[in-house]
Amino acid sequence: MDIAVNILLTIATAATPLLVAAIGELVVERSGVLNLGVEGMMIMGAVAGFGAGYLTGSPWLGLLAAVLVGALFSLLFAVMTLSLATNQVATGLSLTLLGLGLSGMMGTGFVGLPGERLPNLYIPFLTDLPVVGRLVFGQDPVFYISIALIAGVAWFLFRTRTGLTLRSIGDSHTSAHALGIHVLRYRYLAVLFGGACAGLAGGQLSLVYTPQWVENMTAGRGWIALALVVFASWRPWRGPAGGYIFGAGRNGQLHAQAFGIPVPSQFLSSLPYLATIAVLVLISRNKRLTMMNTPAALGQPFVPDR
Amino acid sequence: MRVELVKRPQRSALFSALSPFIAFALTMAAGAILFLLLGINPISAFYTYFISPISEVWQLHELTIKAAPLILIAVGLAVCYRANIWNIGAEGQLIMGAIVGSAIPVMFPAFESPIVLPLCLLLGMLGGAAYAAIPAVLKARFNTNEILTSLMLVYVAQLFLDWMVRGPWRDPQGHGFPQTVMFNDSATLPALFPVAGRANWGFVFALVAALAVWILMTRLLRGFEVRVLGSSPRAGRFAGFNFNRMVFFTFMLSGALAGLAGISEVTGAINQLQPTISPGYGFTAIIVAFLGRLNPLGIVAAGLVLALTYLGGEAAQTALGISDKVARVFQGMLLFFVLGCDTLIHYRIRFVGLGAKARGESEAVPAAKLEEVH
Repeated sequence: MDIAVNILLTIATAATPLLVAAIGELVVERSGVLNLGVEGMMIMGAVAGFGAGYLTGSPWLGLLAAVLVGALFSLLFAVMTLSLATNQVATGLSLTLLGLGLSGMMGTGFVGLPGERLPNLYIPFLTDLPVVGRLVFGQDPVFYISIALIAGVAWFLFRTRTGLTLRSIGDSHTSAHALGIHVLRYRYLAVLFGGACAGLAGGQLSLVYTPQWVENMTAGRGWIALALVVFASWRPWRGPAGGYIFGAGRNGQLHAQAFGIPVPSQFLSSLPYLATIAVLVLISRNKRLTMMNTPAALGQPFVPDR
Repeated sequence: MRVELVKRPQRSALFSALSPFIAFALTMAAGAILFLLLGINPISAFYTYFISPISEVWQLHELTIKAAPLILIAVGLAVCYRANIWNIGAEGQLIMGAIVGSAIPVMFPAFESPIVLPLCLLLGMLGGAAYAAIPAVLKARFNTNEILTSLMLVYVAQLFLDWMVRGPWRDPQGHGFPQTVMFNDSATLPALFPVAGRANWGFVFALVAALAVWILMTRLLRGFEVRVLGSSPRAGRFAGFNFNRMVFFTFMLSGALAGLAGISEVTGAINQLQPTISPGYGFTAIIVAFLGRLNPLGIVAAGLVLALTYLGGEAAQTALGISDKVARVFQGMLLFFVLGCDTLIHYRIRFVGLGAKARGESEAVPAAKLEEVH
């Protein structure tokens, strides 16, 4: 039983950064903006989180720094694509390239240092309950934040007026603009939210998952988060399922290695990427489902005529 | 103060020509700030970075070695991007091209013949094209997002190369190092001017590829098809152009060129397979493609500039003791500024400031409001 609990816990820890980054990107894409810079914002969050945590000695300040740096970095993308109407695909890519370079440069001094780890939740009595105790009351803080984020975003997008407005912008920015909605203001806020989430996901990596700084430690998770948004067909509650499947995949890889299953480790390491491709194919071959949920204005630049 | 974009009636020829230079100047300015923050004198840093790596003839040879793969890949990517098809997995196609192209020299190290090298290059191109066909099939057949699939395949290719050089293809006499046997002379891309430096035929391939793609894009129907489908898919459909066929064409072309870049790098510069054979050429080539304004001839110039940032990064690491990641930062900033400056081609930027308010707004006051005033 203990083994099962441990496995479930590690799956949750592996899935959390994917979920957090994906839920942020989901809001961004719902507003009609495609930000391919998730990987870059995530790695900036990771290096900022580790650095602030190490220098101040407080992992909480580290997490805060990760969120702020992620949002700040996404502001660069917002100014380019929203105010200067640049190509979103190319700008997102350059955000990722810049983030990978900048984080590598900032993190040179952090390599090999022991990091601060965010403590797991502990509530006396409740956490000590058998089985459910640690699963429900004993995980790391970002896990709870991720659940709250998903619930919050689902409520915001589909139960509030502002959420409806945001979705309408994502489907037709010209109509929204004609109705007097500040398209760019909404999109700026959405991109900043996405950046903060990606930063938080990066912070989780360097403050919970593996509390240290390793160059390129995001290892494509930002891109998997982007795929997760497609997998969720832009619906918040479909994200966790995909996220936990990926988490389980990553985990299965480690366990298979531990049990000495005679498969080359490189093959096991490539499974998450192959699984992402397989899942994308399965989802996108259903044209009706994709057409119905994809924000119609996704990726198109908008310049208001005044 | 507010900044507004005003659409130009037609694209500005002036800014079309100027924007890469403005972008480069802005990158320099940002770089100077970066060096100041690192506590390094920007002028000496720039000298180390951009002048010292190309002050001798043999160094120019090194420049072409770095520029060749960038140009080869970027001209292929430019065709994709012109068609609005986003292949960002060139790094993986480069690696697969290198692996497939190395099959003969690794598996038959004793086989020496003039046909070995052409076979290697051909296999390299086939390997790259075949690997690029995967996202193309998925895109054409299942409508799967090619950005994500082509990128995921980069990681898979890197892991596959890692497995090959540690497993089946490891040199038995290599003292356990993860690398293949050294290629024999008939599988080595010859140097152009062996006395003067290491520059090899890869750079010639790059120039030929750039010229060929330029002819394709400006003189052939297929190039026209690419441009029409890219700028207006609807118009392309009415003209009877097939989008799915275009997906295959652009992916296989760029994949083949990336594969050629990979096998040229291996047969020309490294002479064996190692766990890492490319310092991110496939990604840097994206920057090259945009800096060259998706124009094959511009890409040749842009490839040389980006190659210089690689050499400068190495020089700065040894001379100034700063991380060679600075090169990546420069490259990223450059792409940002290029994209930002390209806005000037299609838009005029108007500053609606406090002083200009009266002037600027009076034009825009609606007729109804004017009547109220009078």
